[in-house]
Amino acid sequence: MDQGDAKLIRMANQIATFMASKPEAEGVAGLAGHINDFWDPRMRGRLLDHLARGGAGLMPMVIAAAPLIRPPAEAP
Amino acid sequence: MKDFILPSDRDMGTPASRSTTMVTLEIDGFAVTVPEGTSILRAAAEIGISVPKLCATDSLEAFGSCRLCLVEIEGRAGTPASCTTPVAAGLKVHTQTAKLKQLRRGVMELYISDHPLDCLTCAANGDCELQDMAGAVGLREVRYDSPQVNEMATHFRARNTSGEPNPDWLPKDQSNPYFTYDPAKCIVCNRCVRACEEVQGTFALTIDGRGWDSRVSTGAADFLSSDCVSCGACVQACPTATLTENTVIQIGAPERSVLTTCAYCGVGCQFKAEMRGEELVRMVPWKQGKANRGHSCVKGRFAWGYATHKDRILKPMIREAITDPWQEVSWAEALDFAATRLRSIQERHGRRSIGVITSSRCTNEETYLVQKLARAVFRNNNTDTCARVCHSPTGYGLGQTYGTSAGTQDFDSVDHCDVALVIGANPAAAHPVFASRLKRRLRQGAKLIVIDPRRTETVEGAHYRAVHHLALTPGTNVAVVSALAHVIVTEGLHDEGFIRNRCDWNEFLDYAEFIADPRHSPEAVESVTGVPAAEIRAAARLYATGGNAAIYYGLGVTEHSQGSTTVIAIANLAMLTGNIGRPGVGVNPLRGQNNVQGSCDMGSFPHELPGYRHVKHPEVRAIFEAAWGVPIDHEPGLRIPNMLDAAVEGTFRGLYCQGEDILQSDPDTHHVAAGLAAMDCVIVHDLFLNETANYAHVFLPGSSFLEKDGTFTNAERRINRVRRVMAPKAGFADWEVTQMLANAMGAGWGYTHPSQIMAEIAATTPSFAGVTYDLLDRLGSVQWPCNAAAPEGTPLMHVDGFVRGKGRFIRTDYVATDEKTGPRYPLLLTTGRILSQYNVGAQTRRTDNVAWHPEDVLEIHPHDAEVRGIRDGDWVRLASRSGETTLRANLTDRVAPGVVYTTFHHPETQANVITTDYSDWATNCPEYKVTAVQVSPSNGPTDWQKDYAAQAAQARRILPAAE
Repeated sequence: MDQGDAKLIRMANQIATFMASKPEAEGVAGLAGHINDFWDPRMRGRLLDHLARGGAGLMPMVIAAAPLIRPPAEAP
Repeated sequence: MKDFILPSDRDMGTPASRSTTMVTLEIDGFAVTVPEGTSILRAAAEIGISVPKLCATDSLEAFGSCRLCLVEIEGRAGTPASCTTPVAAGLKVHTQTAKLKQLRRGVMELYISDHPLDCLTCAANGDCELQDMAGAVGLREVRYDSPQVNEMATHFRARNTSGEPNPDWLPKDQSNPYFTYDPAKCIVCNRCVRACEEVQGTFALTIDGRGWDSRVSTGAADFLSSDCVSCGACVQACPTATLTENTVIQIGAPERSVLTTCAYCGVGCQFKAEMRGEELVRMVPWKQGKANRGHSCVKGRFAWGYATHKDRILKPMIREAITDPWQEVSWAEALDFAATRLRSIQERHGRRSIGVITSSRCTNEETYLVQKLARAVFRNNNTDTCARVCHSPTGYGLGQTYGTSAGTQDFDSVDHCDVALVIGANPAAAHPVFASRLKRRLRQGAKLIVIDPRRTETVEGAHYRAVHHLALTPGTNVAVVSALAHVIVTEGLHDEGFIRNRCDWNEFLDYAEFIADPRHSPEAVESVTGVPAAEIRAAARLYATGGNAAIYYGLGVTEHSQGSTTVIAIANLAMLTGNIGRPGVGVNPLRGQNNVQGSCDMGSFPHELPGYRHVKHPEVRAIFEAAWGVPIDHEPGLRIPNMLDAAVEGTFRGLYCQGEDILQSDPDTHHVAAGLAAMDCVIVHDLFLNETANYAHVFLPGSSFLEKDGTFTNAERRINRVRRVMAPKAGFADWEVTQMLANAMGAGWGYTHPSQIMAEIAATTPSFAGVTYDLLDRLGSVQWPCNAAAPEGTPLMHVDGFVRGKGRFIRTDYVATDEKTGPRYPLLLTTGRILSQYNVGAQTRRTDNVAWHPEDVLEIHPHDAEVRGIRDGDWVRLASRSGETTLRANLTDRVAPGVVYTTFHHPETQANVITTDYSDWATNCPEYKVTAVQVSPSNGPTDWQKDYAAQAAQARRILPAAE
């Protein structure tokens, strides 16, 4: 895990920490929605790669949100 | 400019009455109807009759000392002063009678007998009310002369004919760099003293002595060493040459005025730029300016000399590598170099490998063009602005709860507030003109609660003191604000009617259950926040039950790991108590820079198009795709910290940065420098070779706010006009430079005036639909939303319903920041701003404001200093896990033990070497306000500071242009 991954893991966990005060399903959806709305595709791609490798260091809520995180799309 | 005529600036003599009861009287045979409480002096002015006056002016309460504005009233005895006599129904007033003429002439004769008759060489020549009044009363001779023997009964003759010094004569006080106090010209009208009290609220001036001995006094050795904050209110109020701007003394009287808007903080004061040719003589706050109501601070009023400073770079420059010296080139060559590099990066690394940073100091029109450059020409959403590092959590938090990202009130609202809750803001230093308006209200009896780790200048001032100062441990905002909400809910102080009517009731029930949990009680969080529980309880009760309660907050709220959560908690608090949607209440973010609000409105953020509309929505993209003729990327772009991370990683390689110095202003300087150094093309567009330019390949000269047309939007959503008063020194306004860069990349833009850019904004952005330059000229300014539903704008938001429909309560759990003190870094550093300097200081350091703040210092509590062997004024080393620097210590109990504080105005100190890369969970707004540090004695600059200075000197070399 390099420094770039470490930063994204930290950021994802921070969002999860905020969303943890909501009911679980709402929190998971809120977490994925936040990442989809505010993270550039290369950041999401990197997070998804890390999740595909098992997601070490990520809070369970981030792992639960993985299917809802949109894979990066090409620019039109 | 030439088409625009200033509305009347006529002095009405006394302030307007707010009464709605009207009274009719007769003055000089003319009937006049005015509000009850109006002075006769003002009533006369309403029908165009100017009663002679000296001590009265409409920015100050009537004083009644000069005895010049006397009138006669039928049926009343004597000759009352019309400034202190209120109107009454049926009065018959005469302003000019034989008796009055004689009395006034006698008064003027006495004034002039102790005034030098050097009018022709006087700085106030042509702009002197004493001169005007001598003319108005027909003064033709002065019969009194001072005895020529030993006693010299004047204040203006330095010596008598025998050369003996006159003990009543005082020399000029030239200690203030911007104005001169000449006691010889003083008529003791008290206007300066009253302006300092009533308008500024500092009470730095007084009249010393009685009768003949009466003198204006600062109570100190001179103005500079006194309590004076150099706001200029006294200079403006002075009717003679006693207090005069040094520029007027040096240049002479201005010949015309152009109305424009200050380019410093988010208050957005309107000024008259008083000109002689292309030379700016002085900036005078405009009486009709709705943000400032005729007031100013030391920055806007005086600190504009940077615009003509010798450090300005006026020629475009390029270089192959940042290790090379700069090469001056033509505009065409610089733009071609930049365009070729940017396109080549995109060819090699993809469309999303370059981006822009828009400026919160530039105009709306310029900012709009820069984000358009990213979206329509680069064809990605890699646009961000310095609001990222200040108020991005406001955008998120208020957007989530209320539905739009903006303050809810206008500044006039403060006149109706009963309780002001100031959180993480120090308006007395950072938003001084708003602070003056707040202080005026506090002196009238409104209560103040301050939540801030430091005992700031705002906590206590002349004739007011915060009822509660919650001096919390940095990083515990959410715990404190949630505890306030806990008290309000559990003690039943919430406004159920408002909540049922205006908010989502089920979400409220969920929130109430959450916040009522004992873990949010003041007692439970006391050990974390360091605030006594009883203080929090008392503050909550006052906020909830003290009448109209208004929240004003600043970067002490947003610049935290939980910045967005605190904004949400604040929004919850206002909804809970029904303090939203009427004058005197609301949630008011105090914006740091002049156009932070505007830069956010204009679509600077990488996830949203102008008007806060997410790029994911096809219907929003369609509007801009139709206007711009290109498809728009539907993926959010990179935020500034993400850009730098991606740069270090190698996927982001080109940046156009307008009017922003990210190397100095952004956190974790080492990381910013590494990101910039990794890029292939950094374009800096600025007035000066700023710190970021040390890592740039292209430098495009910028233009100051005096050199261009446009608009700024202040913290109250007020769109103010900026008007060009002089030609751009480097040949082009900033919007023209962006357009040239876009066109060098093939855009084909053809704007010829910023009004056309505003027309495009209005056509694409619903909240700006009604905004035109004509409207702004007509109304002076307008607050968005401005559209068919609100053709003259919207002073108060969420009046009948929230923008999003029902207000939304959101749970706010306190989570301690990961930035924790420990044995290596046992103190918490928090940062801020001081009155005389602004942001990274690029502007204010290039003015005489350095007289007040020549260097950044570290505030440290005497206990913390003593155990470290540090004395006041010592050099100290300040270190965090990110880096270290040195600066001088200032021992003070303004900070609590365990907390240290500094400013970030000077690149030699670079406070941001210390700050970390931790940031707000929602927006990546950096956590400037909490850094674990250690402080120790030091002998001088750190190695880093020496290396930095050497690199900067190397990077700033300029080769002359090839002939």
